[in-house]
Amino acid sequence: MDLLTLHIVVPVLTLIGIAFARNLQQTRTIAAIGMGIQLLQSVNLVFAFLAERRGGNTAEVVFAKSIVWFESLNIRYDIGVDGISVAMILLTSVVIFTGVFASWETKDLYKEFFISLILLAAGVFGFFISLDLFLMFLFFELAVIPMYLLIGIWGSGKKEYAAMKLTLMLMAGSALLVVGILGLYFNSAPGGGQYTFNIIELSKVVFPIELQRFLFPFIFIGFGVIGALFPFHTWSPDGHSSAPTAVSMLHAGVLMKLGGYGCLKVAIYLLPEAANELAWIFLLATGISVIYGALGTIAQKDLKYINAYSSVSHCGLVLFAILMLNKTASNGAVLQMISHGLMTALFFALIGMIYARTKTRIITEMSGILKVMPFLSVCYVIAGLASLGLPGLSGFVAEMTIFVGAFQHQDVFHRVLTIIAVSSIVVTAVYILRVVGMILMGPVKEETYSAFSDATWYEKVATVALIIGIAGIGMAPLWLSDMILNSLDPIISAITGI
Amino acid sequence: MPGLEHTILIPLIPFFAFLVIGLLNKTLSPKVAGMIGITGILASTILAYQVALGYFFSFGQVDGVFQKIIAYKTSWLQFTDSLVIEMGAILDPISAMMLVVITTVSSLVFIYSWGYMKGESGFSRFYAFLSLFSFSMLGLVLATNLFQMYMFWELVGVSSYLLIGFYYDKAAAVAASKKAFIVTRFADLGFLIGILLLSFHTGTFDFQLLTDPNGPAITSVGGATFMGLSVVSLSLLLIFIGGAGKSAMFPLHIWLPDAMEGPTPVSALIHAATMVVAGVYLVARLFPVFAFAAPEALEVVAYIGAFTALFAAVVACTQPDIKRVLAYSTMSQIGYMMLALGVSGFGEDGLGYTASMFHLFTHAFFKALLFLGAGSIIHAVHTNDIFKMGGLRKFMPITHITFLIACLAIAGIPPFAGFFSKDEILAAALVSNKLIFGVGFAVAGLTAFYMFRLYFMVFWNEAKIEGAPHESPSVMTIPLIILAIGSLVAGFVPFNELVTSNGSLLATELHWEVAAPSVAIGLIGIVVAMVMYRKASNLPSKLSSSLGGIYKAAYSKFYIDEVYMFVTKKVIFNLISRPIAWFDRNIIDAFMDMTAKMTNLVSEGIKEMQSGQLHYYAIYFASGAILFVVLMLWMR
Repeated sequence: MDLLTLHIVVPVLTLIGIAFARNLQQTRTIAAIGMGIQLLQSVNLVFAFLAERRGGNTAEVVFAKSIVWFESLNIRYDIGVDGISVAMILLTSVVIFTGVFASWETKDLYKEFFISLILLAAGVFGFFISLDLFLMFLFFELAVIPMYLLIGIWGSGKKEYAAMKLTLMLMAGSALLVVGILGLYFNSAPGGGQYTFNIIELSKVVFPIELQRFLFPFIFIGFGVIGALFPFHTWSPDGHSSAPTAVSMLHAGVLMKLGGYGCLKVAIYLLPEAANELAWIFLLATGISVIYGALGTIAQKDLKYINAYSSVSHCGLVLFAILMLNKTASNGAVLQMISHGLMTALFFALIGMIYARTKTRIITEMSGILKVMPFLSVCYVIAGLASLGLPGLSGFVAEMTIFVGAFQHQDVFHRVLTIIAVSSIVVTAVYILRVVGMILMGPVKEETYSAFSDATWYEKVATVALIIGIAGIGMAPLWLSDMILNSLDPIISAITGI
Repeated sequence: MPGLEHTILIPLIPFFAFLVIGLLNKTLSPKVAGMIGITGILASTILAYQVALGYFFSFGQVDGVFQKIIAYKTSWLQFTDSLVIEMGAILDPISAMMLVVITTVSSLVFIYSWGYMKGESGFSRFYAFLSLFSFSMLGLVLATNLFQMYMFWELVGVSSYLLIGFYYDKAAAVAASKKAFIVTRFADLGFLIGILLLSFHTGTFDFQLLTDPNGPAITSVGGATFMGLSVVSLSLLLIFIGGAGKSAMFPLHIWLPDAMEGPTPVSALIHAATMVVAGVYLVARLFPVFAFAAPEALEVVAYIGAFTALFAAVVACTQPDIKRVLAYSTMSQIGYMMLALGVSGFGEDGLGYTASMFHLFTHAFFKALLFLGAGSIIHAVHTNDIFKMGGLRKFMPITHITFLIACLAIAGIPPFAGFFSKDEILAAALVSNKLIFGVGFAVAGLTAFYMFRLYFMVFWNEAKIEGAPHESPSVMTIPLIILAIGSLVAGFVPFNELVTSNGSLLATELHWEVAAPSVAIGLIGIVVAMVMYRKASNLPSKLSSSLGGIYKAAYSKFYIDEVYMFVTKKVIFNLISRPIAWFDRNIIDAFMDMTAKMTNLVSEGIKEMQSGQLHYYAIYFASGAILFVVLMLWMR
């Protein structure tokens, strides 16, 4: 079996294994082993991919495979990866691996929980290897549906409301996507012949500009909803705050990235002329959301809301960078997706761990955690520093690449928006230090705090794995950046028309 | 350059020390952690001296001109074809000089802290953070390009944040650390935008390319303008905002006095001798660009520096907290360095440049000495309030003598170090700008006054401390003695031969026409302070009440903090953030909820139609059919 299909097979085998598990111990062990294997093979995939490129394979996608699935409509099991998808696959496997450890103590319906969680991850893996839009969409939905159950059943607070809201809003996005994808499909053979869903083939079709103008908003907004495109982002704070820890991690860490990935590799790549024409509208929305989300964060009191709003800001930056339509900024966008994925997963994991002890997420009700939980607190500070863009951690690399890329535009409109986006780094520092100062520092709040234990071994596995990722990219970003840069060429040449 | 690659180890050794102490925090005993930190910085110091002395006296010069040598570089991240971040180490007169300053002061502070921090619960953490700071600061001065400098700039910022908040269960320390980080971050925003702008128009981050007087950066981008300023001027002004933030220039100075909440050795190292002069170093680093392509920006540097020097000196005369007096004094002295750069020309006219670097060098010794001396005092009497001290000269002889030497040095009394560098600064100012010279001259008098106010209050006057405070242990006094020797001899270093704007020798000598009046005004300041504060008297309170509002305003630091509090708390939090949070919940989100409610409502309305009762369906069917027929007939 090929390298890519294995990325779906392993999660599915893990699911089957869990179905036969007899107790929590067996369930989580199987999940951990399965996702551990998944992580190893993702690392292996990175090396295999780099070896292919070094060996002179300059094809747009490598490890490609095509099996006819539904012949009359020309739907195929078309898979293949480029540097961007390889990077996203690595991110996904790190997050799901750590997510399993963050859910180690799940008590209720644990089998169903782990099955839904890993099913969600399988959907994401499938999404990233797909080259066929139909297949991609299928996996996209496969990732969204378990989310409803995970929040509705294992969530907390207003979980039914949040689950319903999230699912309905994402479904509305999907509805737009269907229109967009079918629009592409039925215009994919202007000279007659077989219609196609294949991205590579579609990228060679020249769509008339009227059609592009019509389809672009459908696809961009369709993917944008899940990437927290302003003003369709309000599912995110409620969804994240109600979701159980691992689901928040996976959702903010990976699922929101499907949006950015889709916008870049479908909306912009296939409809480049419309992108050139219409980018400014969405640029306005995302540019605002970067600073709007950051300023909104300052007024929040709940740790999860804080992280959700800061995600609106950081993910806004992803879409903002993509819409700059140049190579440097797009590279920054992908780096930001990975960086934010790791960082936000770490945040949500830590928030879950702190909540498990203090039983509150309201920042004014906590103080002095550093003294009683030094390990978790240090991890929180590291996550915070990554979020505010400290050099040596991944956030800096991504943000600076975006800012330099965005600055390549010389006109006033782009300059002003870029400067507004850049100024978010100050606001980020404000809300991060506010939280750190309030909950971690200060005198120990109550007597009961002394009973709190610091991180357990499985909590350490989860946090340390994520921190290695964050610091690794932050200190040696060149390999990752190069891997992404090479894969951006087709998209950039589509935009510039060369 | 081959043979010099080991320069990069100078910052890396403390970094490894940081990693080892940080990762093995639990298993290492505090003593071992401290030893690792001290060994690391001593190793760096030896290397730094070897490299710097080698640079100045053997390989640095070619035909009598000091060269910029890239000792090491590797690419780190690629943005565009031409914009690449490299990590490396540059050797030129100012970076070699800074290596000496940083490693010397760091080593002494590391050793001093062994005594000062003894028994603190965070002893290992303290050494980890100090090592992290040394790494960042050394990386900053060795930066070969603007972006590398910006990265280490941020890292020193975060080390400073961690060390100010070292006593993290004290609310004041938490607030001060936050303030320091956010204010400097705000300034760094300017720095970053400046870098983006400058690099976009010049196509490079590299210092060598940027500062080459005949290079493309200086010669080619003069044309583009924005609001009457050339792009280069604008970007340098933005970059200077970053430097002003780090170097606590008015109005971005508010974080520095509060930063004194950190342990005193930290104040000595970071907030007096090294990090706060990073802004001066930044301007010096880009000096040829300022001098050739952005004279307007350089003028701004001069005025900001002069104003801060005066402002801070006035405030320093009124403060009751020993460390805050020193903090304002630091601001004032950095203002001096800035104004010296601001009035300087290039090459032959580069006296200001040399003077600024010279003052940076001498200031590092006597200011570190003042802070460490203050630490020694606080260690003995457990208070920061100079009104509660007095008569300490009998109990702490070594601290007393070394402190006096430092006071004489900063007051510009010959033959102490400050005299020589201050003389050059004033001479440079006199040639170029009379107003700035006047300010500098006045500040010289004020400096002598407030330092000796401090000195007499603490060491003379009447003893107010109960019991007998005793001298600090030798692990603390030996660094004081070494720094005192430094404050005595640093003035004799021939800076005009070693550190000049263009690398070649600058002909200059002592300017007695400036030195004589400035020594005189210094002596006047000392005498006035002696009259007022040597013995307990009601002179000071008489004077302060006769000054009335001015005294009160200076005592309240001219209410700058209150203005900032108003803007951040009232304007940003209450008028922007909260409305945004409300808007998001009650407008945008409510719209989504309303969509859902409308859908519900509509389905409520029409669900009755599907009641499952046959006769209703028959009626719907019949009326529909009739309607249809009527319509068809009518249409025809």
